[in-house]
Amino acid sequence: MSDRLELPGITWRRVSPKYVVVDVVGTLVFTIAAVVVTSIPAFFSHVTWLWIIPAVVLVVLLLVVAFIPRRVRSIGYQLREDDLLFRRGLLFQRFVSVPYGRMQLVDINRGPISRILGLSDLRFVTAASSSGVAIPGLAVADAEELRDRLVELAESRRVGL
Amino acid sequence: MTDEQAPPPPAVPADPPPPDARTRIRLDTPLADGEWHRLHPATPLLRGGLFLIALLGYVISQARQQLAELFIGGHHKDEGDPITFVTSDGRLPIALGVIAIVLILLIGIFYLSWRVHEFRITDELVEVKQGVLRRTERKGRLDRIQGVNIVRPFFARFFGAARLEIDVAGHDANVRLDYLSSANADALRRDILRLASGVRAREQAEAAAGMPPGFDKLNQQLQPAQQVQRGFIEQRVSDFTAPELDPSIAAAESVVKIHTGRLLGSLILHDTTLTFVIVLVAAGVASSINGQPFAFVIILPFLFGIASFLFRRFTKSLRYSIAATPDGVRVGFGILTLSNETLPPGRIHSIQVRQPVLWRIFGWWEIKVNRASKSNAKGADGQRNTTILPVGNRDDVQRVLGLLLPGLAAEDAAETLRLGLTGTKGAGGYTTSPLRAAWVRVLSWRRNGYARLPGIILLREGAIWRRFTIVPEARVQSLGLTQGPLYRLLRLAHLHIHTVNGPIRAELGAVDRDVALAFFSDVSISVTHSVGSDTTHRWRSGEAST
Repeated sequence: MSDRLELPGITWRRVSPKYVVVDVVGTLVFTIAAVVVTSIPAFFSHVTWLWIIPAVVLVVLLLVVAFIPRRVRSIGYQLREDDLLFRRGLLFQRFVSVPYGRMQLVDINRGPISRILGLSDLRFVTAASSSGVAIPGLAVADAEELRDRLVELAESRRVGL
Repeated sequence: MTDEQAPPPPAVPADPPPPDARTRIRLDTPLADGEWHRLHPATPLLRGGLFLIALLGYVISQARQQLAELFIGGHHKDEGDPITFVTSDGRLPIALGVIAIVLILLIGIFYLSWRVHEFRITDELVEVKQGVLRRTERKGRLDRIQGVNIVRPFFARFFGAARLEIDVAGHDANVRLDYLSSANADALRRDILRLASGVRAREQAEAAAGMPPGFDKLNQQLQPAQQVQRGFIEQRVSDFTAPELDPSIAAAESVVKIHTGRLLGSLILHDTTLTFVIVLVAAGVASSINGQPFAFVIILPFLFGIASFLFRRFTKSLRYSIAATPDGVRVGFGILTLSNETLPPGRIHSIQVRQPVLWRIFGWWEIKVNRASKSNAKGADGQRNTTILPVGNRDDVQRVLGLLLPGLAAEDAAETLRLGLTGTKGAGGYTTSPLRAAWVRVLSWRRNGYARLPGIILLREGAIWRRFTIVPEARVQSLGLTQGPLYRLLRLAHLHIHTVNGPIRAELGAVDRDVALAFFSDVSISVTHSVGSDTTHRWRSGEAST
């Protein structure tokens, strides 16, 4: 896999491995819902081959679940001198670089499962909605520390729009 | 008429404006002195004007029969008609009384709402208070101004009134001053931009040394007081006949002239018209096959939409002008409703030059921009004003780009721009896609590429629908680099330059993987530098130190 995108000389900070649990639970809930919904036509029409649809959905989503640990490992971020680097994705890779001065606000969100595991999601918002920097699965203390650090960095490099 | 020019200070009794208010920076109007001022007295009428006209229209349409009878004679008694009902059997005095009471009430409400509707402009912000029962206040920071827009709706022009809108970054975050007198609106815009530009210190020094004679003369020409001395009618007439850009203010002439013929041609050859014709033909074929005009009924709303789009585009582009002023680019358009907007430097987040496929015949282009303010500033077309040049040839495009980004006006940039519009392959500093990108960019892989000028990123795309996107590095919000499975197989990557939302998405697909990685690393560094050294939020503050 030498053709994968890789930025040279970056040591990525990874998110907590416990985030795998959050992602797996979320995806399984979605899987059940999706299978139930796609079963409706087959269930009511008694046409046997219609069961293919929920079967395919189930297989695909279980594959997605199987790759979650590797996907979570692919999430990384790095505070460089002047910008925040962020990466995620296995099959569809995505890298983003945001200068600190571009920060409009930092959000910290905690879902129910994340809360049980002591995790937080951090979102870095710029004036462009397509930036989309969201770092999930940070330990609560880490997330708060990172937020304060980002705010401090953004403050020291304050710029216009 | 002159109320805003000589504002009575009701809220601040017996407290004349401090003398230093005028000396801190030279201003053309007394409106931007940091005190509260009222708007044009006709404001409530103009804001509620549409309603009143509709009411009047209704009454007249109801009364037309009576009017006709009055002049022609004849008897048509119609019991159901409200006018007949009112005028018969001595109900007229009652009706007139009701009308008088309603009128008095309306005038009272109008007067009250005018009294409480106030604005003030200080060095830092612009502030508007309004509303009798529900008070609203709005403040905008001057250094976040994205543009100042003056609109003269057709109806308001009879009163010599204009609406001033100050766009501040954010969704629908504009501060509206409606209405001001026309002459004041222009002067106040200059004042606001001057306050926002951070030019203060320099002006102060000049004021101490005495103004240069040319400037003083210019200022005298602009004195609104002189205009008031002219007769009311004369003034109104001159308001209508005057060119849309006051020649004494717009020092530079419009750099682009759009002939009506070219405008019409550009609309006829526009992609939308093409779609229109194709849909029409398809519907014709479909209905001739099954012998029913059913297809036409289905596409009717669609055709309606396209037609109205074309019409809006036409009216919006009439009397189009674009010129450079010391405080940014000014774009004006419109015949009945006039609109002109000043965009201070550094308020344009990305620019796209594109060519609908049939425009190629004549070599026409259009220019669109992304801006931070999502103002619903209604121009003549009721749409967001993101089209900077509706149609123009290559010379026009180059001139307009030079205005929008001074870095593009340089001599050596001209070649890069020319190649950006029509060029292919690697000439002129462009890095293009490799041959294997032909799998995903069948026709355009030779053209698909990017170039960099100091502080500016240029993306070139499309062989049939040519697009050329220009992003100033200082406005880049973040950089993205993505790769899916197909791109990985081809050793390609997709570059994204994130700017504020708008009609343009600055991105370039099918770039060689290693080139893309190098671009990502280099540009993320130079963006940080450009962002850090950018001073356009107070665009003339740099001059103060000279």
